Amino acid sequence: MYAFDYTRPASLAEAIEAMRGDEAKALAGGQTLIPTLKQRLASPATLVDLTGITEIRGICLKDGAVSVGAGTRHAEVAASADVRRLIPALSHLAGHIGDPQVRNRGTLGGSLANNDPSACYPAAVLGLGATVHTSAGRAIAADDYFQGMFTTALDEGELITSVDFPVPEKAAYMKFVQPASRFALTGVFVAKFAGGVRVAVTGASEGGVFRWAEAEAALGRSFAVGALDGVEASPDGMIGDLHGTPEYRAHLVGVMTRRAVEAAA
Amino acid sequence: MPKDHGIGASSKRREDVRFLTGKGQYTDDINRPGQTYCYFLRSSVAHGKINGIDTSAAAAAPGVVAVFTAKDLEGVGGVPCGWQVTDKDGNPMKEPKHPILAEGKVRHVGDPIAAVVADSLAAARDAAEQIELDIEELPAVIDMRAAVKGGTAVHSEAPDNICYDWEFVAENKAAVDEAIRGAHHVTTLELVNQRLVANPMEPRCAIGEYDAGRDEHTLWTTSQNPHVIRLLMGAFVLSIPEHKLRVVAPDVGGGFGSKIYHYAEEAFVTWAAKKVGRPIKWTADRSEAFLSDAQGRDHVTKVELAMDKDGHFLALRCSTLANMGAYLSTFAPCIPTWLHGTLLAGNYRTPLVFTNVKAVFTNTVPVDAYRGAGRPEATFQLERTIDKAAREMGIDPAELRRRNFIQPDQFPYQTPVAVVYDTGNYGATLDKALELADVKGFAARKAASKAKGKLRGLGIANYIEACGIAPSSLVGALGARAGLYEAATVRVNPTGNISVFTGSHSHGQGHETTFAQVVAEMLGCSESQVDIVHGDTSRIPFGMGTYGSRSLAVGGSAIVKSVEKIITKAKKIAAHLLEASESDITFANGQFTVSGTDRSIDWGTVALTAYVPHKYPISEIEPGLEETSFYDPANFTYPAGTYVCEVEVDPDTGVVEIQSFVAADDFGNVVNPMIVEGQVHGGLAQGIGQAMLEGCTYDESGQLLSASYMDYAMPRAADLPNFVVDHSCATPCTHNPLGVKGCGEAGAIGSPPALVNAVVDALAGHGVTHIDMPLSPGRVWEAIRAARH
Ligand SMILES: Cc1cc2nc3c(=O)[nH]c(=O)nc-3n(C[C@H](O)[C@H](O)[C@H](O)COP(=O)(O)OP(=O)(O)OC[C@H]3O[C@@H](n4cnc5c(N)ncnc54)[C@H](O)[C@@H]3O)c2cc1C
Repeated sequence: MYAFDYTRPASLAEAIEAMRGDEAKALAGGQTLIPTLKQRLASPATLVDLTGITEIRGICLKDGAVSVGAGTRHAEVAASADVRRLIPALSHLAGHIGDPQVRNRGTLGGSLANNDPSACYPAAVLGLGATVHTSAGRAIAADDYFQGMFTTALDEGELITSVDFPVPEKAAYMKFVQPASRFALTGVFVAKFAGGVRVAVTGASEGGVFRWAEAEAALGRSFAVGALDGVEASPDGMIGDLHGTPEYRAHLVGVMTRRAVEAAA
Repeated sequence: MPKDHGIGASSKRREDVRFLTGKGQYTDDINRPGQTYCYFLRSSVAHGKINGIDTSAAAAAPGVVAVFTAKDLEGVGGVPCGWQVTDKDGNPMKEPKHPILAEGKVRHVGDPIAAVVADSLAAARDAAEQIELDIEELPAVIDMRAAVKGGTAVHSEAPDNICYDWEFVAENKAAVDEAIRGAHHVTTLELVNQRLVANPMEPRCAIGEYDAGRDEHTLWTTSQNPHVIRLLMGAFVLSIPEHKLRVVAPDVGGGFGSKIYHYAEEAFVTWAAKKVGRPIKWTADRSEAFLSDAQGRDHVTKVELAMDKDGHFLALRCSTLANMGAYLSTFAPCIPTWLHGTLLAGNYRTPLVFTNVKAVFTNTVPVDAYRGAGRPEATFQLERTIDKAAREMGIDPAELRRRNFIQPDQFPYQTPVAVVYDTGNYGATLDKALELADVKGFAARKAASKAKGKLRGLGIANYIEACGIAPSSLVGALGARAGLYEAATVRVNPTGNISVFTGSHSHGQGHETTFAQVVAEMLGCSESQVDIVHGDTSRIPFGMGTYGSRSLAVGGSAIVKSVEKIITKAKKIAAHLLEASESDITFANGQFTVSGTDRSIDWGTVALTAYVPHKYPISEIEPGLEETSFYDPANFTYPAGTYVCEVEVDPDTGVVEIQSFVAADDFGNVVNPMIVEGQVHGGLAQGIGQAMLEGCTYDESGQLLSASYMDYAMPRAADLPNFVVDHSCATPCTHNPLGVKGCGEAGAIGSPPALVNAVVDALAGHGVTHIDMPLSPGRVWEAIRAARH
């Protein structure tokens, strides 16, 4: 680690102010950022610790959507009775991120700001068509938020404050774990709404989380596994690494989508 | 009733009290007054010429005590190699210098270039970033097959990158060729035994200290064999005589082989502590461990097995490329040769065996022994090939093995690969394993899996290993630059309790418990009266340490010898006290008795008399009750066994789930069944880790792709089934006093082929005949797909 200043604001307003500083960086659960600092891959001048800000933490119901504060821990999302009742797939997803230590530190906001191509939350946010609220007063639609691996619509210093998840009729998340990291080698979030079906895929693409349009169209016609017969993801643009070729990932996208539909139906 | 005490009892591991309550004393827990910290600047390229190193800014940085590069180390030797292999033409292997800090060239990512010593680790690291390196990158050779075909030379001494080209048994070569040419059937298999990272839980650490008043050096280090380090480092690297050098290996958190070797960092902190006049600590972080701990395995092999029409093995021919990495680690040359070629008879009567091993330099981290060392590679070759042969010949895999077993009445058995097996009963462990695995019920289970869309497979593997590597005269003839005996001093203290000083080193094996059980059994005392001391050259006799499952067979035997001497002397004292003839004294349950009478005295009285010799046969024997023995075994020990693994494969994803795993081992006599089972469990976990998960992978430029746990997959509890382990088929070793064979490596040796055989069995219907490890979901799925096309 390189030396840095540390501040722990008590309110969002103070945090916004602190983030204006030169090379300021937000610190939430630290599950991504701290290892990066320890490996000397980042050298922020100031760490702005968000964990003291109560207004960005917690879960409530808002206009029929489940609103989750950006500072809410994965374990809190997993354990929330409201989330379990309204979007069990989201609860399940949060409950299977990393290990208990990670879940008790890591936050929704940190995961979305980081937008790791293998992370789980981006699949839920995109799959449910959630809205990301920020400290700049913006409400960013999921479809606009994710802009490729580790890239998002957030501006410099802009903080995520909360995320509103619409409640689907049915939904499921199927995660195929990468054997070493246990992140998603391929994860698929399928959600059925009155107006249509959304299928979001994480872990597979070099472009980060994406919606699988062909599967959405097929499932929109009939929300059943059989509807996916003959629907195949292309290996083009899929990640190839130690743990799987692009062909394997493309294949898993199909398998995990089918399994998600089965689990949701 | 199972015993609750002494040999045969599952005594609880006494060392766990401190380990489980955070009271262990590992090297990094030790801090010396005035201690400084060392950070090694390591090469970020796999191969390069060092044109210049400018350390001036680093040396002037805050908190820095000194910065060193190779030019400061003039007069310091390179890291020595402890084993010399002679090639097929009678020439010694190529043995290029392995400098403490890179001299002129860097040869792998992680090769240390400079060392910064500072008041804090952070200051050392900060300063290291200010070192200016001018390194001209050279093409790197990573793949062994390319390295031997005119790739860039890693060392000018070995222009073809071949360290040695070894043939064994050379005299059999023509006969083997002949037998293969004329055989009814030859099964051929090409396979890779992939490179592994040892990953002990505790990373390496070393602290050097120099006492100028006494002109004495101390090194605390994470070692499996402190005396070996003292000898190698003192004599070959730093020219420090033994009496001025103390090496302490305190609690060590796992080694698996990787902490046998003498490493450059140990020599550096010992040497530099005198230069800077302050103690120096270096602790590897996990990333550094991936780049600097000796790695394991890494063989590419072609096997040919010739059979007659009934499947009798006629001849075996193997050729292997064995990766040495960029430099020769301490025992690297002997692993693919004497610990591998000599095991190629396996449990079978194959009359003719020939193997050719080319050891290859590449721009990768050095490779050396890793749990099993050579024997897993031999076992994997044989047991995979036999399985393939069974399928090709249409013979049941268990039956084909049984047909070729060395029979119980053939022991001692002279193999065609030099070694003589003392005892064994391979049919017994096979029967036992098949019974415990309920092989009869397999067909029904397979059908049930099929109904769920899953493919079920059953895999069998036998193994034999050679443990307790010895005798010294033999290993000397084979190129070892050391003896391979073990030493023990048993000191009976005046009030009768016992301190045992052993050259064996415990870093997870539970010696403190097992050795105490042996002594307690022999002396008829309680285990709590026996203390086991190890790991400090200033306290223990000169011994060779722990590796190759040798501790009980060799170290334990040395303890037995010493206790026997103690008993002999104690009887003399007892005879004097009882005014009887020495030959009339019997010793049992801690009592010395005049045979045929009720006259007896207890152990405590005799012990006290030895140290308070008021009434004592002083003209015949000296006071005191302490004996030292050096035990040099007559032969290796040969644990053997059968493993049966049953898997279910999901053809949609390639996921392999282990349904059951049975291990029937013959370890000879067992001192502590619980510890033995624990060792088997750990070995199985590591073997299954190799078979399914682990793999150390470099890209073409020599960057390590699997450089952290984000990409290097370690086995976790959830990956493993509940193991069924059995050690009832015991044929005690015939040549050591305890009749023990060694159990530390067996699990890691026998499990990879059992698992791979099971998966290939499951996929046989899809046309799959082999998959290289690790059998990750992606690989399994690709294998199914490739076989289909
Ligand atoms: C062992 C391990 C296993 C894991 N497994 C998984 C897994 O299976 N699936 C998965 O999805 N993830 C996994 N993770 C990642 C985990 O979910 C992290 O918690 C998450 O990616 C980052 O969240 P954090 O709160 O820790 O953020 P931090 O590490 O504190 O920050 C991450 C980044 O987000 C920024 N940031 C944080 N909060 C905000 C905010 N409110 N607004 C704007 N920017 C912000 C920070 O500045 C930083 O750049 C794993 C992590 C570990 C260590």
